[in-house]
Amino acid sequence: MLEIKHLTVAVEDREILHDVSLTISMGETHVLFGPNGSGKTTLLAAIMGFPKYRLTSGSITFRGKDITRLSLDERARLGIGMSFQRPPVVRGVKTRDMVTACLRGRRDGKIVNELAAKTDLTDFLDREINYGFSGGEIKRSEMMQLLAQKPELALLDEPESGVDLENIALIGELINELLEKECPIVDRKCMGLIITHTGHILDYVDARTGYVMCDGRIGCEGDPHEILKTIKQKGYGECSRCLVRRIH
Amino acid sequence: MGEVKASKTYRDRAKSAAGKPAALGEDIDLSSYVSSAEELPYQTDLSQLPAPAKEQMLGAGVMLDDLSQRSGTYIQMDNTPVHSSVREEGVEVMPVSQALEKYDWVADYWWQAVAVDTDKYTANIELEQYDGYFIRTLPGYKTIFPVQACLYLSQAQLKQNVHNIIIAEEGSELHIITGCTTASGGEPGLHLGVSEFYIKKGAKVTFTMIHSWNPEVAVRPRTAAVVEENGLFLSNYVLMKPVRSLQMYPTARCVGENATVRYNSILVAASGSLLDVGSRAILDAKGARTEIISRAITTGGNIVARGYIEGNAPEVKGHLECRGLILQGEGMIHAVPELKGNLAGIDLSHEAAVGKIAEEEVEYLMSRGLSRTEATATIVRGFIRVDIGGLPPMLSTELRRAIEASEKELM
Repeated sequence: MLEIKHLTVAVEDREILHDVSLTISMGETHVLFGPNGSGKTTLLAAIMGFPKYRLTSGSITFRGKDITRLSLDERARLGIGMSFQRPPVVRGVKTRDMVTACLRGRRDGKIVNELAAKTDLTDFLDREINYGFSGGEIKRSEMMQLLAQKPELALLDEPESGVDLENIALIGELINELLEKECPIVDRKCMGLIITHTGHILDYVDARTGYVMCDGRIGCEGDPHEILKTIKQKGYGECSRCLVRRIH
Repeated sequence: MGEVKASKTYRDRAKSAAGKPAALGEDIDLSSYVSSAEELPYQTDLSQLPAPAKEQMLGAGVMLDDLSQRSGTYIQMDNTPVHSSVREEGVEVMPVSQALEKYDWVADYWWQAVAVDTDKYTANIELEQYDGYFIRTLPGYKTIFPVQACLYLSQAQLKQNVHNIIIAEEGSELHIITGCTTASGGEPGLHLGVSEFYIKKGAKVTFTMIHSWNPEVAVRPRTAAVVEENGLFLSNYVLMKPVRSLQMYPTARCVGENATVRYNSILVAASGSLLDVGSRAILDAKGARTEIISRAITTGGNIVARGYIEGNAPEVKGHLECRGLILQGEGMIHAVPELKGNLAGIDLSHEAAVGKIAEEEVEYLMSRGLSRTEATATIVRGFIRVDIGGLPPMLSTELRRAIEASEKELM
């Protein structure tokens, strides 16, 4: 379980997230909607533990352990993984090196090749990570790394942005494999938190809880399909009047 | 000690340049080094060399215990050639003094690629010449294994003078690995080396040089190559160990159509090291190509990383890539990429970047579970592992192994 309580996050001296709380139980996938600049990526980065995102109050508990003070890599090793919307190019570091790093000692050349085939990135293994990759290639590369990492909590930052429809289906399949969609919820060993702008990804993943984030606060919570419908009809301005609201 | 014959003209020109400072790099006072060294005995069986010397040579890519993976071997200790041998019929390896005696025509290559009066270092090599290696592949012969050469500096305060001639005859293929190193004591010394490469029509030479000096040694190599039609010169240079002062700017001149030159340099400057290293390609013939790639890392030393491409003929193409990484606060990297085009229709480009490791990149790797140290090491390793095409797989593996061995110290 991931439990976030009254989380406040600042970047430099500016508070971005205010009193954010949410809970994801094992096996669940939650979706985070919100306009640009509302703080969605900040929330994922704060959960992941990027040092730039300073937790000024509140707590994050993962697998029953308070991880608020844990470093980025400690959280990754504990089972949190993130796919980036715009990951950096790391010149000289091959895609294969990254996938191997994600395996954390489970060194098996076969696994790397299988994952590459699955994500249609076989020809990219010996290329520098993210260098000259298209939008779809970046997303598939991120998914390949997460599949190697096998996190218990997968944080996915706009996995479908910049991806054509054909690739969205593949990304959807990969997310479902990562989040064990085919298993009954009670048997799943992972959780997901997905940021989506367009909502296209909802056609593929088994998400049952959605949130809308506005101005660094979670404004409403409910069925993600219903939320998306409301957003499409009325825009984010209506979200503060969302009918389903959880008080933490 | 074999003294090389020389024409009066070269002597005269050398004398006139005896005090001429180099165009680049700090000036080295030649008088503070001794010229003569004890003459060392010839070694038929290289495995009998002292273990510490063999170990140092191995660190520079020179294997002495098993010569089966080498087509030829040349070992020079201080100013004495102590061994030269070949294992393939199409290759010649011998002290250059011996080559000058054996073949009259070798004199025709003497000081033709490098000017004797370039500076006081070339002049000194002419005036106080000792020896060096002569490596040649016969027409059409393609070496199976690389030739290895080692220039080993052991006597304290010695000035090691070397003049090498390398000739790849038409249609031949020659792979050379040269290791330059010192005895492990950390004594001061000076290495002056002239290397003249002649790559004939359709010939291919790969030259991989690993320098493994000590923090008290100064080094002034003077290298030039002449590449004829459809010839290829691939030069790889690796310096990952401390050195006091190194300045070199090898020049390859493409004189035949479609000649190709590729340089790869990996430079690491520890605190106290002063490196001024460049690669220069002059494209004088139609369709000539070049690619110059350098990776410079400072852990406290200073590096001037130069590159120069000059296009003087139609349809020439060149690219220069110079990247520098400052790992610690005190180091300096100055990238100086230069392009000169002298007519329309040429295609020259460069990219240069100097900086520290981006925090965003480190954190990206940390988010996959790597510690900060592991993430940094992975990025540095990726930075210096340049993909070098054109090397035989075995040599490529050996080069990677040599780099990996030094990486550990770097981290």
